[in-house]
Amino acid sequence: MIGDNVKKKLKDIFGAKNFLDSTEHRIAYSYDGTPVITSMPDSIVIPASVNQISGLMHLANEEKFAVVPRGSGSGLSGGSIPSENSVVLLMNQWDKVIELDENNLTAWVEPGVITAKFQSKVEAIGLFYPPDPGSAQICTLGGNVAENAGGLRGLKYGVTKNYVLGFEVVLPSGEVMRIGGKNMKDVAGYNLKDVLIGSEGTLGIFTKILLKLIPMPASSKTMLAFYDSIGSAAETVSAITAARILPAMMEFLDNPTIRAVESFSRLGLDVNTGALLLVEVDGPRSAVEEDAAAVEKICRTSGANEVRVAKDEAEAMKLKAARKSALAALARIRPTTILEDATVPRSELATMVDFINKTAKKHDIQMGTFGHAGDGNLHPTGLTDERDHAEIERTERAFEEIFRKAVELGGTITGEHGVGLTKRKFLEELYNSPFVQMMKTTKQMIDPNGVLNPGKVVSLTPRCEGALPRSREQIERIMQKMDNPSEAYI
Amino acid sequence: MKAISDDLLTQCMHCGLCLSVCPTYELTGLERSSPRGRIRLMKNVMEGKIPVSDAFVEEMEFCLDCQACETACPAGVKYGELVESARVFVEERRKGFSLKQFVLTKIVVRKRSLRLAANVMRFYEKSGVEKVALGILKPFSRRLYNRAKLLPRISNQFAFDVLPAVTDPKGEVRGTVAILTGCVMDVFYADVNKDTVDVLVENGWRVVIPQGQVCCGSLNGHNGDGKTPPILARKNIEAFEKSGADYYVINSAGCGAFMKQYGEILADDKVFAERAKKFSEKVKDFSEFLYETGYRKPSTGIDRPTVYHEACHLVHAQKVSEQPKAIVKQLSGENFRELNEATWCCGSAGIYNVTRYEDASKLLDRKLKNIRESNAEVVVTGNPGCLAQIGAGIKNDGLNIEALHPATVLNRLYKSGKV
Repeated sequence: MIGDNVKKKLKDIFGAKNFLDSTEHRIAYSYDGTPVITSMPDSIVIPASVNQISGLMHLANEEKFAVVPRGSGSGLSGGSIPSENSVVLLMNQWDKVIELDENNLTAWVEPGVITAKFQSKVEAIGLFYPPDPGSAQICTLGGNVAENAGGLRGLKYGVTKNYVLGFEVVLPSGEVMRIGGKNMKDVAGYNLKDVLIGSEGTLGIFTKILLKLIPMPASSKTMLAFYDSIGSAAETVSAITAARILPAMMEFLDNPTIRAVESFSRLGLDVNTGALLLVEVDGPRSAVEEDAAAVEKICRTSGANEVRVAKDEAEAMKLKAARKSALAALARIRPTTILEDATVPRSELATMVDFINKTAKKHDIQMGTFGHAGDGNLHPTGLTDERDHAEIERTERAFEEIFRKAVELGGTITGEHGVGLTKRKFLEELYNSPFVQMMKTTKQMIDPNGVLNPGKVVSLTPRCEGALPRSREQIERIMQKMDNPSEAYI
Repeated sequence: MKAISDDLLTQCMHCGLCLSVCPTYELTGLERSSPRGRIRLMKNVMEGKIPVSDAFVEEMEFCLDCQACETACPAGVKYGELVESARVFVEERRKGFSLKQFVLTKIVVRKRSLRLAANVMRFYEKSGVEKVALGILKPFSRRLYNRAKLLPRISNQFAFDVLPAVTDPKGEVRGTVAILTGCVMDVFYADVNKDTVDVLVENGWRVVIPQGQVCCGSLNGHNGDGKTPPILARKNIEAFEKSGADYYVINSAGCGAFMKQYGEILADDKVFAERAKKFSEKVKDFSEFLYETGYRKPSTGIDRPTVYHEACHLVHAQKVSEQPKAIVKQLSGENFRELNEATWCCGSAGIYNVTRYEDASKLLDRKLKNIRESNAEVVVTGNPGCLAQIGAGIKNDGLNIEALHPATVLNRLYKSGKV
């Protein structure tokens, strides 16, 4: 626990009003979007300036407590779940768009700006910020940069890192570093920018971000293709790729996901459909018409029973919103949804989906799978109930096999959610040792005292973050401690 | 001790999609003022990990119960039910006297007491006492003065007293509908009740006002009183059944939403469970009913810029949104304007604007800003609370805008052709 003298110093830095440590507040910051794991921070601070954040890091190094940065808390790998002996640094109130530069097509933003709000703001002046995570309505741009978020448009437009030109960041030491600028080319030294992007809050705290914008595509067309089986949907994806068409979006949903989404969105989808594909093509009007016609034809020849084209922008938005609701909608089937994001090369999509379904059957668990078919980024989602410990255990075992298979197929354990707490073990096990070692060395060098979001991505031992509740044994142990609420929450 | 269902609590998988639509989270930016934060606090209270602390009570009361989060929640969390149970849980543990509970259980739900209170208020307004009182109040408490000044006028006559128990249409009878005259609606907006009857009759419906009807119970149900609503529900079921009506048409969003829940409220009642279910199936919001059964289009339309404000208990609680909007669009034609954040709570939220005046005012300011930016001169909304709240804001800011119920709009167009 953080001592009273340290709390007093925190109050001195942030002001009493922006220092929170009531049990109610600590409970409210004990979780993020990640299932099952929770753990309370000792206190929460709301910064008003870069200097205060800098001061916080100095104090953390002196007094040896952990700092856990947090935006909206929508992460899915436990990146913003507090560790032991920690202070949550709340960035969601830094929500200003500082500058929109229409001459350079760039924007300076604060890290707490909500992604969807930023998208609408730039779209209103004919510009486009493509990264579009499923949680865009609530997630923050700072969180997106920290996680190198992907989303629905990864295939054609890339992910967050492709749109970050620079930033201001507070390092674990408390120093303030600035990287990049409005240049489209910049090779001055090592590409440290990409080391910090996707560092999951372990190497620095973003305080100001410079983003690249592109002109808004002139037109787009969105369509839905319905299939009897996932196999035909996967075949369609391969055929579209082979035809040299690059859609802005190719999303797929399996039957359980279709049922859940329909139950929430009431779009009139046939709930007996085996799988569906949501495809969007965009660009100049004539090219869009051509691509859309070609995609529709490929869908039909690959076995689609029906292809429905959205009649207008409003319907297209509805379809995309429905797709984005998939994860939470699956909770209608079972309350706890353990979502992973194993990713494979596009050509292995069908193999991977098949393996996921077999593995689910083998471990007797329910699974709903959806995801970004176009870029091979799958979201197999275990449908379970956190109160059923045996089933949670079976789900974890199934995912272990799924991760191994993904890596075996030349894929990765996480396409966009990050390693965080939940996949740290697999990072160490399934990746080559120089790769993992270089990450550890980097963390050690930038944050020698392990004060910034310790225990996430890689773990350094000995370390100050203490036990993090993830392995089955740890969960069981903490479950037993439930009578003593100050110790752990699950 | 009535526990909050663990199944309902566990249904929340804390994805956070509720954050972007929650007005209280928007005000504070703090997680505990968000739906998923409150659910997490409830879970901890129910598991006995934290006591029913002041902070917990504050957070449950700070919530507007607008249920915008339910509309946004893909997982189907029944948040309204959760927060209402939590409030009952809190009230059952409250020691000492609560003015709010007294007013709700002893005045509002008793027709005679409510009338007495309203008559006193009417006398206060008409006799000149109000002017004197406001004059005295002004130098002492600007806040109270502002609040008192903005109260909507008490109706001259209660519709329940003056409207006939049965009104027949002129030509062919399409069927029989029963209406609820309500408490807030009849005290402040008796005219809306009269308009409702006129419009229904005009469209060929025989309108019955069940004489044994009582308050729907929503204000109690939303404010931590779990005992009164089932009693009121049973009385209303009996009264409305006697009317023999095909539909129960409700012109107040809050009442309609609650009466649609009678089936759930009395699900465990041996005598009433089945009757309550049937009752709820017959309940229709005024606009929902007109849209579904069809209505005579007036020969003229609203001739000023018009917006539609979506009452929380229509759009979120009853999921009735397209129907009233379509009607307003039909009646205003090219004068229709889109209202930004139309589905955001105006701060009325039952009696929230009385119990939490400051918070409600912030939401009202936001609503008024959006209304002003739309350049509308008419705001149509289907709930007396919203009419009062937005009406107060308009009055306070001296705006040239009218807040009207859809029934009033239609009746004026039928009668004078002008709105």
